[in-house]
Amino acid sequence: MIRPDVIIIGAGHNGLVCAAYLARAGMDVLVLESGESTGGMAAPRVLNDDYHFPGLAHVTYPISPTIRRDLKLDRFGYAPGKAIDTIALDANGEHLTISANSISGNRLGEADIDAYPEFRKQYLAFANSLSPLFNNKPPRLKDMGLRDTATLARLGWNIRVGLGRESMYEFLRVAAINIYDVLNETFDSEQLQGALAVDAVMGSAMGPRTPGTVLTWLQRLFGELNGAPSLHSGEQLVNALTQSAEDAGAVIRCNTRVRKILVEDSKAFGVELDDGELVKAKLVISNADPRTTFSSLVGAPQLDTMFANRVAQIRGSGVVGKLHLALGGLPEFTGIDPTGLTNRFLVAPSMRYIEHAFNPSKYGECPDNPVLEITLPSTHNNALAPDGHHLMSVNVAFLPYDLDGGWAEQKTTMAYKVISQLERYSPGLKSLIVDHEFLTPRDIENEFDATGGHWHHGELSIHQSFMMRPTYGAAQYDTPIDKLFLCGAGSHPGGGLTGLPGRNAAKRILELGGAK
Amino acid sequence: MNISHEHFRQPIGRTPFHDRMAALSKTENWTTWNCYKVPRVVDKLSTEYFAVRSGCAVMDLTPMEKYRISGQDARAYLDRLVTRDISNLRPGRVTYVVWCNDDGKVIDDGTLFQLKENTYRLCAQHHQLDWLLMSAAGFDVQIEVETHDVAALAVQGPTSYSVLTAAGIDGLDELKPFGIRNLECGGMPVTVSRTGYTGDLGYELWTDPDHAEPLWDAIFGVQGQYDIHAMGLDALEMVRIEAGFIMPGFDFNTANSTIRDGYDRSPYEVGLGWVVNLDKGHFCGRKALKAENERPARRRLTKLVVEGNKPVGEAFVYAGKNGRQVGEIKCTIWSPILKANLALADIDCINGRLPERLWARFDYQRELKWRTAWARCHAQTKPFYSPDHKSATPPARF
Repeated sequence: MIRPDVIIIGAGHNGLVCAAYLARAGMDVLVLESGESTGGMAAPRVLNDDYHFPGLAHVTYPISPTIRRDLKLDRFGYAPGKAIDTIALDANGEHLTISANSISGNRLGEADIDAYPEFRKQYLAFANSLSPLFNNKPPRLKDMGLRDTATLARLGWNIRVGLGRESMYEFLRVAAINIYDVLNETFDSEQLQGALAVDAVMGSAMGPRTPGTVLTWLQRLFGELNGAPSLHSGEQLVNALTQSAEDAGAVIRCNTRVRKILVEDSKAFGVELDDGELVKAKLVISNADPRTTFSSLVGAPQLDTMFANRVAQIRGSGVVGKLHLALGGLPEFTGIDPTGLTNRFLVAPSMRYIEHAFNPSKYGECPDNPVLEITLPSTHNNALAPDGHHLMSVNVAFLPYDLDGGWAEQKTTMAYKVISQLERYSPGLKSLIVDHEFLTPRDIENEFDATGGHWHHGELSIHQSFMMRPTYGAAQYDTPIDKLFLCGAGSHPGGGLTGLPGRNAAKRILELGGAK
Repeated sequence: MNISHEHFRQPIGRTPFHDRMAALSKTENWTTWNCYKVPRVVDKLSTEYFAVRSGCAVMDLTPMEKYRISGQDARAYLDRLVTRDISNLRPGRVTYVVWCNDDGKVIDDGTLFQLKENTYRLCAQHHQLDWLLMSAAGFDVQIEVETHDVAALAVQGPTSYSVLTAAGIDGLDELKPFGIRNLECGGMPVTVSRTGYTGDLGYELWTDPDHAEPLWDAIFGVQGQYDIHAMGLDALEMVRIEAGFIMPGFDFNTANSTIRDGYDRSPYEVGLGWVVNLDKGHFCGRKALKAENERPARRRLTKLVVEGNKPVGEAFVYAGKNGRQVGEIKCTIWSPILKANLALADIDCINGRLPERLWARFDYQRELKWRTAWARCHAQTKPFYSPDHKSATPPARF
């Protein structure tokens, strides 16, 4: 492949999905990845050669059935993982368990237990009603095309007819408000409220009281429509996608960093690699985040001023750190049976606690009592660690990207703070630690080439969603630069291991005539 | 530039020439321009007008927005900013430029001075600092406001060359239109450019505010029959329309002050297509302008000679007498030197072309009684007034 039809920058899962679709459509696809392997944020991280951590994606939902079928992922070893529960940890061991359609726990009242299944059903229906929007390119409101009209018509139908009148009113009421109000209206248990609110704010610079946190939660629930969460790492998905893309003829070059997108006459015609090599192609598709794509790889001088300014202002400073602990044995959690260690654990005892943890991050400070999401991937797959050893993977919410005084000095302090917090729920944990790795948002930025170090390549706030994602002028995957497209999480419908931005982008590219 | 935090106590500033101007003012007819107090009329409108056309008019230009743009990417930055191909601009030369937003709508126009390698001055009608800074992302460039740090004087009219020479400024003989020279006046440095907004022979003088009054005195101290007069904005309005110069924000809405869809204007629509170079490489608004250039023209800011001698004022323009309304007059004057009603009008095209027969319908008063009249309009493509002596080098001596 001397001159491919398409260059895709970045072999993250969206880049791979896009590559597989386009290759299947008969295009010559070359994927350029700066890392050693494919997968981006979902690729495993190996510590000390022996400990295989799941990268940034330690809890996953099944990929959409459409992508699974279209790209024949089962043939390449993909299978959804075993469903897990969420356990909200209590310092006194009175934990709360959230299963698919029920909740249990000593501190729960009957009213909450009764209300939960109906509440969950309703919100899954809300998430489902948004599926026409998520599964298509966001409609243009000006100069609307047929497909845009169809998307909006299906969305309207889903909301009005699909939900029914009462439910529609409720949906319209809550769609733009905060999760704090919704959960306060519905449940009494602070423990339950805290546990549910985590999924609305984890990954975003938002506390439970931030407007728009119902929407972020719906986006998360949208993933659950495909099936229950599991500890299945992204690795298996990434491997299946890689093979599917290669099987269809795509060529993937790792350890190949793109330095520049070549643009002439407002048209992309290839890329320049770090070693100076030029690779030309008919289309360039960027799976890098929009700020990296436009501000660094294309460069503001090649863009119009207002567009360049909007890109520069995309809100996308990451707020989640990742702590990886290599353990010499299986840790104990007070009040948890060893067989229960395969679940997901949360340290978020109430919404008040979460809001307090969020507040300092707004001022460039770290929380004293962080919100944590903990998994033990080795309980799911013991091949990930040496015999008898285990892995603990912890998402630490609300760590500021711009920490006052910088991260260099305070990184170790923060890691210890998290470990001390964990020790409260898992006494003896410290003595099991063999090795560790702590990734701050700054580290995530550097390790994954994502400006801001944000999971989703940009906040999933309302002003950066749908036809505003990443910003207008580039919200339909095509960009102001001809022959340059976006296919990553910075595009609609956003982050998560959904593959939808990659699929929607591929559809859009083919619709616009492919590489012709 | 330092702005005192007490600046708000004096919302209307005074230029370094103000005291001299005030001493000459017989009308006390002042207005503000960019928050400076400036005369509309100093003495008498007709005197000031004829000073430009047959003598020498001196106008205080200090309030004009002036920006210093420097740094190793200054040229690349400006090339991305403006629609015109400026690759021929050299140190000591000036060019007229226009800049647009992403949609290819005019933000402002102005003159771009290359003072030396990597150093430019951009003069604009409206405040541009935010746009200039926003445009700077990705360029190694410094942008400073120098509006308040440079005293500027326009010296315009057929005798201006003789007046400045007599005032002790040597070295103007070889200065061609759009040229810049660093000269001296009575031992003080003064930068002179052969530029102006009058359509006549003329110069613009740029100096340190401390040298403003001595410079003024040197010019007004010139003895002889040169007909030197201080000029206000009203006379400028007359001569700029005669010269066919447009004024963004007055003749059409500038892009950054437009709220309603379709109320802003592209360079093509205001007759500035000649400063748009679509093939020079990327510049802001290029894509939109390229697309527009491929479509039939929608409208055009058009120079009109309106028949008759009734004052036209505000008026609609029609395709044929009693025909379809196709536009409106934006500014109009009676030109004493051409003995004609001149106007600039925003006119809709029909099938990409200006309608053939244009008529203005307007209301006017005769002894306080309103009447309605129709007048035939003739579209012009060239400036209404463009005398040969404007561009002669060296200029004629008086």
